[in-house]
Amino acid sequence: MASNEQIDINAGFSKPLKIFIVTLTVVLFSGYTLWIDTGNIGSEKSHLAKGIAAEGKLLFQKYNCQACHQIYGLGGYMGPDLTNVYSAPGKGPVYMATLLKNGTYRMPNFNLDKHAISALISYLATVDSTGNSPLRNYKISWYGSIESQ
Amino acid sequence: MAQLNHNKTALCFILLSLISLLGGALFGCIAALQFVYPDFAQFLPFFKNRPLHVSLVIAWIFLSSIGGIYYYLPTYCKGLWQTFTMQKTHLILFIITGICILSCYCLGIFGGREYWEYPPVFSLFILVTWIIFAINFFLSVRNIKGPWPVYIWMWATGVVFFIITFSESNLWLLPAIRNDSIRDVTIQWKAYGSLIGSWNMLVYGTGIFLMERISGNPNLARSKSSFLLYILGLINLLFGWAHHIYVVPINPIIRTISYLVSMSEWILLFRIIYTWRENVSKAQQHIWLFSFRFILTSDVWVFLNIILALLISIPAINVYTHGTHITVAHAMGSTIGINTMILLASCFFIAKESAKSETVRDSGKQEFWGWVILNVSLLFFWLILILAGVKKGVLTAQGISFEEIMIAINPYMKIFAFTGIGIFAGLCLLLGPLLINLSKTLLIRHKDINN
Repeated sequence: MASNEQIDINAGFSKPLKIFIVTLTVVLFSGYTLWIDTGNIGSEKSHLAKGIAAEGKLLFQKYNCQACHQIYGLGGYMGPDLTNVYSAPGKGPVYMATLLKNGTYRMPNFNLDKHAISALISYLATVDSTGNSPLRNYKISWYGSIESQ
Repeated sequence: MAQLNHNKTALCFILLSLISLLGGALFGCIAALQFVYPDFAQFLPFFKNRPLHVSLVIAWIFLSSIGGIYYYLPTYCKGLWQTFTMQKTHLILFIITGICILSCYCLGIFGGREYWEYPPVFSLFILVTWIIFAINFFLSVRNIKGPWPVYIWMWATGVVFFIITFSESNLWLLPAIRNDSIRDVTIQWKAYGSLIGSWNMLVYGTGIFLMERISGNPNLARSKSSFLLYILGLINLLFGWAHHIYVVPINPIIRTISYLVSMSEWILLFRIIYTWRENVSKAQQHIWLFSFRFILTSDVWVFLNIILALLISIPAINVYTHGTHITVAHAMGSTIGINTMILLASCFFIAKESAKSETVRDSGKQEFWGWVILNVSLLFFWLILILAGVKKGVLTAQGISFEEIMIAINPYMKIFAFTGIGIFAGLCLLLGPLLINLSKTLLIRHKDINN
């Protein structure tokens, strides 16, 4: 496996060109990142979680709910997507409170108190207000993209 | 003496990485069985097991690619490591942080996000280890004379963008971002998508380095086409991440940019098809070399996974596949089929190169069968996940309830669990002798340093 050939230092692009291409890419990325992190990127439905809902978000992380559940299809697949469980027909806050209080066959009982249950439900209500998952009303464009309606 | 010390630390990283891989695979098997039998191993419920599995597999990728870089740079690339102390500090801090994080998971102490479920204070320690590595890396590669081969560019990119994207993935700590659900999930998956891209840079850089060594052609990594492919990878790393969140109600420009960038990978697919004849003859030339077989296998998995990735990156298809096991097939196919195969090639290469021949035996029948069992199991594992995903997607579109969907895909999950055990068995056969060989080599190195 010893190297048999000589290195051809003229084989590739020149160093200034390489540096220019990489720098340009990184500059574009920096602008894009700034816009994503601080600009107007979401739908008008992006309601902020405040007060008890904000506590609920931290509890969602504390109990690692996303190991089993998804928000917008992102998370584990042991349990259902919770994006719209708050407004789903036949589900809603009472259903959620019952499951959170007692657990299920697949979900352990985390011994949550009333305040924690209310916080989690409030958080999921906020998520529910932002959109739907899976997408229900959308149109497929001619080039394969989707437009929510 | 410095050289021996550098190599010894590199070997420590490699050894740890292989232990992480086995641990990650074991927890993965338990998790797969828990899908089918939720009461299985209740001492370690799924919400603890999943982060153990994911963290150990991610640790495998980082430890093995970093270990490889620590080994290759002074040995082959004429970039002597600036400081051995930094290397040692990196290793010790990584181990301590890793043990703390794994302990937290076992005890059910969380607080973070998906993939970084640990209490967020540990992110600081992880960041410090990478900054140490980055400083040492850049101070060392500046000694390399002549044009950098593309793998140095890729390793540099991987290191820098890990630090950037890992930091970005912790922006949720700011309430203004955390409490804005849409921005929060967008930033999370922007960071994660690019983070995966950054570790892919470390892995693919390692793969190109190995091909340069195996083929004996130093211009392989210095050509215009190799640099263009690197730029394609960089653009995907920076701008292609939003295919994870097509369904989130974000500005459609973000979706469009990601769609266009993701579709650029058709170039890769066409290139693979165009150069297949050349690759087949190369394969015939080098197939005797055990580490090369992993490179060859990874090429096959790149081909399969690129087709899947391209399809699910089309929003019109993604709307059905998102949130299904097809996503898992894509993740596992890439992590095991591509990244793990390349990194195993690297580990076997290092084990062979660093060993004194009288202490280490060549790869034999056990490793061969391990490689076969691993890949055959992985193929069925991947296919069954795709089928389960298709079933789930179709039933979800029909409005069937989650509970009924889980019953419907249960037979698929049983096969998934069984093939997962096959993957673990294959890895055990492969890694057992490798671990013994590396341990022997380390012991000899240790004695050489102390004598």
